[in-house]
Amino acid sequence: MHSDPESIRKSVRSYITVFVLLMIFTIITVAVSRFHFGVPIAITVALVIASIKGSMVAGVFMHLSYERKWIYGALILTAVGFLILMSVPSFTMMDHIGTPIHVEAPAAEHTGH
Amino acid sequence: MNIPYTVEERPDSGLTNGKLGIWLFLASEVMLFGALFSTYIILRMGAPEWPHGELNVVLGTINTIILIGSSMTMVMAWASLKMHDWSKHRLYLIATVVLALVFLVNKYFEYAAHYATGELPDKSTFLAIYFTLTGLHGLHILGGIIVMAYFLGPGAKLYKKNPEQFTNRIEYTGLYWHFVDLVWIFLFPVLYLL
Repeated sequence: MHSDPESIRKSVRSYITVFVLLMIFTIITVAVSRFHFGVPIAITVALVIASIKGSMVAGVFMHLSYERKWIYGALILTAVGFLILMSVPSFTMMDHIGTPIHVEAPAAEHTGH
Repeated sequence: MNIPYTVEERPDSGLTNGKLGIWLFLASEVMLFGALFSTYIILRMGAPEWPHGELNVVLGTINTIILIGSSMTMVMAWASLKMHDWSKHRLYLIATVVLALVFLVNKYFEYAAHYATGELPDKSTFLAIYFTLTGLHGLHILGGIIVMAYFLGPGAKLYKKNPEQFTNRIEYTGLYWHFVDLVWIFLFPVLYLL
């Protein structure tokens, strides 16, 4: 990564830009939540904005936009693990233990009483 | 025995050992918080109803702004060292610690308000996951404060002996601190707004 004082001075400008953008996105997140969209839209919008903010923090403040390949490698593995963790909730949908079993009521038989 | 590659990069990885170490630690942190986020999704999907507007959005927003500000001061503390400006570095690092402490004070007020109204983790699933996630995040803030206080105190001596190694240590502290900020960026909408 760049480390001479002159290139650091240039980086500082990008830090300030990211800082201002993060503030603006925070205000947008709160403002959007005031509109009462349906839950799926609200969740999507909030998570998209949070992901944009997160990428800016990781990319610029954490210097991930110019890192070595070993770190990208470690993060790819982490991303795979994270995706598996996030897919765990969908596995619970397949678990039917404990859910009531709906058995068709047998057709009433007239036994002729 | 000295730890190798604290300043010069390892030929095979192109990284200092500390940099690779902190990233591997952060990877494990992603899994720790990821497991709790996954738990949140399961609990929320399984709940017949989910409370909305229970938390103080104003305090949450202020804390978000504080943490983003502290990330800025943290990266500036590192950049100042790179520009050989020791006094600015100290100022920015102190500012980061102060902002972190203000974050915790706000969190204390939030928790105190919940406690006063009897909104404790045993009252609802939402409160249980709220206290777990924000409590764990708060512990990370506390951990960051301890590390930064060390570099403001006894750890600062290293700068005279080996300024590059000290600068690298501040960079690793910063990476951890930005990660703590990043987690909050997701926690805030998930808990306060949705």
